[in-house]
Amino acid sequence: MKYIDEFRDQRLARQLAAAIAAEVDPARQYRLMEFCGGHTHAIFRYGVQQLMPPNLRFVHGPGCPVCVLPMARLDQAMAMTREHGVTLCTYGDLMRVPASGRQTLLKAKAAGADVRMIYSTQDVLRIARDEPERQVVFMAIGFETTTPPTAVAILQARAEGLKNLSFLCNHVLTPPALRAILSLAGPDGVRLDGILGPSHVSTVIGTRPYEFVPNQFGIPVVIAGFEPLDVMQSALMLVRQINDGRREVENQYSRAVGEVGNTRALELMARVFVTRPSFEWRGLGFLPESALALADDYADLDAERRFPVRVETSHEIKGCECPAILRGLKEPTECKLFGTVCTPDNPMGACMVSSEGACAAYWSHRTHMPSSGRN
Amino acid sequence: MTTRSRFSARLDLENGRVDMSHGAGGRAMAQLIDELFKQALDNEWLSQGNDQALFSVPPGRLVMSTDAHVVSPLFFPGGDIGSLAVHGTINDVAMSGARPLHLAASFVLEEGFPLADLARIVASLAQAAREAGVAIVTGDTKVVERGKGDGVFITTTGIGVVPEGIAISGDRARPGDVILINGHIGDHGIAILSQRENLGFETVIQSDSAALHGLIADMIAAVPDIHCLRDPTRGGLATTLNELAQQSGVGMRIRETDIPVREAVSAACELLGLDPAYVANEGKLVAICPADRAETLLATMRAHPLGAQAAIIGEVVEDPLGFVQMQTRFGGERLLDWLAGEQLPRIC
Repeated sequence: MKYIDEFRDQRLARQLAAAIAAEVDPARQYRLMEFCGGHTHAIFRYGVQQLMPPNLRFVHGPGCPVCVLPMARLDQAMAMTREHGVTLCTYGDLMRVPASGRQTLLKAKAAGADVRMIYSTQDVLRIARDEPERQVVFMAIGFETTTPPTAVAILQARAEGLKNLSFLCNHVLTPPALRAILSLAGPDGVRLDGILGPSHVSTVIGTRPYEFVPNQFGIPVVIAGFEPLDVMQSALMLVRQINDGRREVENQYSRAVGEVGNTRALELMARVFVTRPSFEWRGLGFLPESALALADDYADLDAERRFPVRVETSHEIKGCECPAILRGLKEPTECKLFGTVCTPDNPMGACMVSSEGACAAYWSHRTHMPSSGRN
Repeated sequence: MTTRSRFSARLDLENGRVDMSHGAGGRAMAQLIDELFKQALDNEWLSQGNDQALFSVPPGRLVMSTDAHVVSPLFFPGGDIGSLAVHGTINDVAMSGARPLHLAASFVLEEGFPLADLARIVASLAQAAREAGVAIVTGDTKVVERGKGDGVFITTTGIGVVPEGIAISGDRARPGDVILINGHIGDHGIAILSQRENLGFETVIQSDSAALHGLIADMIAAVPDIHCLRDPTRGGLATTLNELAQQSGVGMRIRETDIPVREAVSAACELLGLDPAYVANEGKLVAICPADRAETLLATMRAHPLGAQAAIIGEVVEDPLGFVQMQTRFGGERLLDWLAGEQLPRIC
């Protein structure tokens, strides 16, 4: 496949693996956090870790918007369907994420709630147009990558004067999450030697917002594409920075990412959204200025204001290590629930739900070691 | 002298719609059956007008299979629910090595469904059955209220006869056996997805929906000792390999680079975040045979139009835990596990 196969070339992979093996210093450890679930997925799907030297380890980060969505936000969406009878539209990943009481949107749908899986924000606009008698709520979720399409949909809804469409905004921002992880120093924190930065996010916000990582935390960043060769090349770039003692933001994904990002998309976002003072992230707790809400000018399109519901504070399932896994403190296999009661068929924690989640990636793409059974 | 029709006016197959009376057992139902189903399907058993079909069976062991077909949209590139209902059940019967004999078809129609669409579906069902040489000899029609169905559901049941000496079963895969597939995977699932109203991406992928009993007959003639046959429908190739591995108590090793996938299917899967190994097929079969017969079987498959792109994709290995391992295009190894839930497109 043109433009895809080039980034999955086995020969180039071997050359990159050899270069990494030749350049790593055997006396030190290289712990590289891939922030994004897309990286985690690529690492597992293509077996990238197996091609790395033993002292280079990928540490999985919190970069899966589904995994970091707290239960309370799902509870809130479900309460809207229950109490206000709204039609709730959202992306497929979210359908099986466990909320309070092991409830999911899929179960709510089976029980009679009007929950619809959509593929793009344009579907939401179409549903609202086609069914004027229904109140349609779009449960918007995602990092900076999926935020501009939501902004466009909000502007479109306003321009068309759609009175039956509103937005439940769960868009979150990556730099504050990275800051939160790096701020957790000491025994609660994870020791990292480098960061593979989220490239799709950087197509929107550019590379500059990550400069605080080397400047304040002394850790190098490489904005890395999602193809397996991108990940490997980025790992090599990080190894070189670490070996040279450099601490910079480098851009491996230069074919799509620039320093300042997509100014048009940023303008749209600034027009429609404001930063929330605080927002809860699953596993990371409440992080200041880490999420977006609709600006006051668009209050009439804000589902939170149009359909107020009361939601009790929810608790994670006992024994679930998702919070520690999302912070890179534990590996999925260190969770007692992993592969026993928690599998993609029956996810207990969010990391097992989305294919971007570290646990789901571990489980789905694990290699087989007959001596230990299911590893 | 002309025979007086039982019905005052002909069924309006252009503008009419299914209503509750079409399933009520009275004159309207009789008319629907006479003017639509019997005319389209027309065979000696159906025309007898009994509630069952009476026929004699050739010697051998009888095979029976049933399948409910619910598909959205009802019409898709390369087929529709009518042809799918014929192909799906013929294939389930044929995967035992049987020659399919007859089919029964049961329709659940939703009140309000356009008769013109129903006529298209029945015509397609009839044509698929004729082409396959398998008659639909009995059937049933029910109507459910508007909102309680999805247009049309079709359940087909098929019977067939397995010749003596053929023992094809999912539990017969043995270490050392070779795994083959008859062509590109994922075409059906992507053709269906491309037609979902909210996902109209530009592609010319056609469903691979086809009756495979002719291909299977050739395969059995060339290699009677085929161990396993299975059609990788829902859940795709990966799920089928896991089923066979589990049933036989063996492991499998397959090579990603040897699995035929059309470029357009790969591209659509990339776009949607799907893995082609889990995407549905309707005209594909996985065959497992002894290693020394694999090349013969492959050549036989390739000589048939429905097996032109056949390929050897891997081997059966010893593993009581029944894992399917895949050597990735990238050179790594990973499990090709059971599908969890349904494949859901990713956010980003």
